[in-house]
Amino acid sequence: MLQPNPYPGKLIIVEGIDGSGKSTQIDLLAKWLRAKGVVVYFSEWNSSPLVKSTTKLGKADKMFTPTTFSLLQATDFADRWQNKILPMIKAGAIVLADRYAFTAFARDVARGVDRDWVRTVYSFAFQPDLAFYFRVPIEIAVERILTGRASLKYYEAGMDLGLSENKVTSFRLFQQRILDEYDKMVSEYGFTVIDGASSVQKQQKLVRQVVMRLMDSWQPLSIPAMPTAKKGHTHRNPLTEVSHE
Amino acid sequence: MSNPKFYGAGFPYRTIKEVPGTLIVLEGTDGVGRSTQVDLLRTWLEDEGFAVSDTGLKRSPLCEPGLEAAKNGHTLSPLTMSLFYATDFADRLENQIIPALKAGFLVLSDRYFYSIIARDIVRGADPERARQVYGFALKPDIVLYLRTDITTLTTRMILGGGFDHWESGMDIHCADNLYDSFRLYQTQVMEQLDGMATEYGFTTIDASRSIHEVFEDLRRAIKPLLPRIR
Repeated sequence: MLQPNPYPGKLIIVEGIDGSGKSTQIDLLAKWLRAKGVVVYFSEWNSSPLVKSTTKLGKADKMFTPTTFSLLQATDFADRWQNKILPMIKAGAIVLADRYAFTAFARDVARGVDRDWVRTVYSFAFQPDLAFYFRVPIEIAVERILTGRASLKYYEAGMDLGLSENKVTSFRLFQQRILDEYDKMVSEYGFTVIDGASSVQKQQKLVRQVVMRLMDSWQPLSIPAMPTAKKGHTHRNPLTEVSHE
Repeated sequence: MSNPKFYGAGFPYRTIKEVPGTLIVLEGTDGVGRSTQVDLLRTWLEDEGFAVSDTGLKRSPLCEPGLEAAKNGHTLSPLTMSLFYATDFADRLENQIIPALKAGFLVLSDRYFYSIIARDIVRGADPERARQVYGFALKPDIVLYLRTDITTLTTRMILGGGFDHWESGMDIHCADNLYDSFRLYQTQVMEQLDGMATEYGFTTIDASRSIHEVFEDLRRAIKPLLPRIR
């Protein structure tokens, strides 16, 4: 159980295994909302500058254990939470997050950490107003990932678990474990399940319908009118800019 | 320790059956003289023929550079500091402390997670949650808590060259100057550690006395734990 969001802004997140198509969907959602004049802030998993060098070091030298990997990613999330996500929700913006605490609940448990422990680590986070879970069969996801990709990375393939010497086999087994954890969370956290195997357009239509329903009863923060720009200069609202950090 | 125990779930993906080594922890606030005593203990124990390994906060190969940079840039909030230190602690526990204990070493730990959570709680963390995060921590064989009064601590800081930003809790604005802030902050940290003394069964040592007197007390407490040489 995560605490509910008490602030005027809305938190919408997407989850799913690698290759589930969630990033494509959230990107389309962000563009659609912005076009409607809604103030949107976008945040991506594992993108805070605070732990960037440590993550790089740990990955390069294969120093991570399931516990240290989990704690460092929690540090990353906490930094984005406090400096970006939370202030934006307080201010009344819509925050879109590509992956959320549930990624840790799925992946870290797949790596072997205790289920309750990882939930305690993230207990400062809010329950999102909407949590989309893009569910795809493992074979489709694996095919999407392997197409047009030179090779899988060590941790991405779950090679640290010693499931298989073969990267593709290891990746498949690791993703299956993650998928099982996600499935268990559907009712625990009230995920809106989207069939990630259906067409991109069809999925987006569903996503927009659900988001529309959320916005029906809610007054979004509107973009303030900008002072008339001098010729040659365009004023831009920094809040509407996409931030990939 | 023949049957290693953890405060919570430990490391479920690892089987840690037997660790012949001994884990000795020295706890206490900043400036209480822990590192001096660790050095003395190490020399004494090595003289006795034991293999000794020592460790202390922020010394993990994974986290030291990043944590150092974050502290210098003052970009840590209480929450991120808490989690970053937990990462550092876990890295040292899994990659240094437990392997050393498995190899039969005496491990001297200059602080453990107790003072980390004491600081976290003073910075506003929920006491229950702070403890649960360290559910992976191994229970030490003994925790020696070096304790002194705030005036002695302050004097030692002055003799040692002055007050540090973080050790004075300036990040949480305890006061508008280092001296008052140090006293307020360290007093609160000490209150937390005092509370843990009973909870976790610390052996409290009066650290306001001379280095030699403190050392003798520490030796007396550690001796019964040492494996007998036949």
